[in-house]
Amino acid sequence: MPKVTIDGHSIEVPEGTTILQAARLIGGDIVPPAMCYYTKLKTSGGYCRTCIVKVSKGSEKDPRPMPKPVASCRTMVMDGMEVQNTTSPDLLESRKAVVEFLLINHPLDCPICDQAGECHLQDLGYDHGLVKTRYEFKRRTFNQIDIGPHIKLHMTRCILCYRCVKVAEQITDGRVHGVLNRGDVSEISTFIEKVIDNDFSGNVIDVCPVGALTDRTFRFKSRVWYVNPMNAHRNCKKCSGKVAIWLKADEVLRVTARKDKWGEVENLPDGNAGWICNECRFEKKNIADWIIESPRQIDRHSVISANHYEDLRSLKLDISKPQKQISKK
Amino acid sequence: MQSLTNRSKIVAKKEMTFTERLYLPAIFSGMLITLRHFFKRKATIKYPEQTREFSKIYRGQHVLKRDEAGAERCTACGLCAVACPAEAITMVAAERKRGEEHLYREEKYAATYEINMLRCIFCGDCEEACPKEAIFLTDRKVDSLYTRGEFVFGKNILVESLIKEKQVDVTVRETPDVAGFKKHKEYAHNIVK
Repeated sequence: MPKVTIDGHSIEVPEGTTILQAARLIGGDIVPPAMCYYTKLKTSGGYCRTCIVKVSKGSEKDPRPMPKPVASCRTMVMDGMEVQNTTSPDLLESRKAVVEFLLINHPLDCPICDQAGECHLQDLGYDHGLVKTRYEFKRRTFNQIDIGPHIKLHMTRCILCYRCVKVAEQITDGRVHGVLNRGDVSEISTFIEKVIDNDFSGNVIDVCPVGALTDRTFRFKSRVWYVNPMNAHRNCKKCSGKVAIWLKADEVLRVTARKDKWGEVENLPDGNAGWICNECRFEKKNIADWIIESPRQIDRHSVISANHYEDLRSLKLDISKPQKQISKK
Repeated sequence: MQSLTNRSKIVAKKEMTFTERLYLPAIFSGMLITLRHFFKRKATIKYPEQTREFSKIYRGQHVLKRDEAGAERCTACGLCAVACPAEAITMVAAERKRGEEHLYREEKYAATYEINMLRCIFCGDCEEACPKEAIFLTDRKVDSLYTRGEFVFGKNILVESLIKEKQVDVTVRETPDVAGFKKHKEYAHNIVK
């Protein structure tokens, strides 16, 4: 099995693993951020370039470094490869430029956007210290398109990650959703403003890393950090019925798929991705529809995971460490 | 008992001397102190006729500002509520309907916005957190009221008047960064065609 070293951490991974996946197996701070890559969607990745890494040693056989930063989501590991992510200041500088480019046309309307608090672009901008914009020109705008009663499309916020298009292609049948035009004016759209009525079309909301596709039934109901996520399930003929419901008191404000710490849909016990159907997502807004299992732990570096104390065990450990140090003194 | 501070004095009941027993020197020195205060600056003012000068950044009752066109600036983003250490602020957001553009500046607005003035500690964190320059603390004092319920100030009290003369001037409270940002019209985001 090829052995790869990322920021000094070595790991042996199966043939055909990408650098990003290997980094995620190691975990921690060295994992490059990813906006367009999505493990559960085939052919995703390679669009946003936020996951770029520096390959300082190509492989054991050919130790030359790669001339330019490479997209870690699309580059396979080689035996003896050495990768730099956070240890290379040059790379961090170029990633900062990538983030700045992503934000060029982004409207920065976070106070209005329902995605704020769980937005990957927000985290990315925050992590790379882009407090101010240098862009002085008019931002790209679009005519608003109504894509149905359940999903709200804000094209101005889109970063063209193509994840939703992959969902339309791979999870729903009869794709009516794609990207129109080219370059700066390209936009995601349902063809000829068709309403998406497939049972699994709601998953485009979960894959969207920004607030371009949001839940219309949750629109402006609450900020995400004020709602409590709970694991819940119901008997559903169309999907597994295993979801996360977001509660405010006894009110189900929204229903989403269960997401892991990379912001991707969790796998079910049978190994399939836990996409949920539109009936579960949009129509079951009564708490009596659901069997609540437990509070959901949000394991993400974002505002959304603030103030959730479900994992009391880890909290205790955190407190006990400094206590021990004090008692030693 | 062992003393905690080493500053305690042991009281001795010592017999007074002759001069002390006369009491007159003590009385005169006391009178002198009183007399000296006649010529000192007074610590009090005659309140209703005179009022004290407020600090430029006195933090009193809040105001929800309107923009130049008279539309409400607040978009109910919830940052003031999350910044509030006393959890005094609650709000419910709503979507702006067609034809309401002159009332609310952006797509989303606060349908209800309440500050519990009994909870509020006037720290000004809400004002600092606000990304829309909507909430400001002013130099107005919160009125005395009779019931607890009356202290929950809603939008009817907090939002400033549409009449220009009745509006509160908060220019001194706006940070230089914000003033610089506002000069550039091209920075205006949220333009929806």
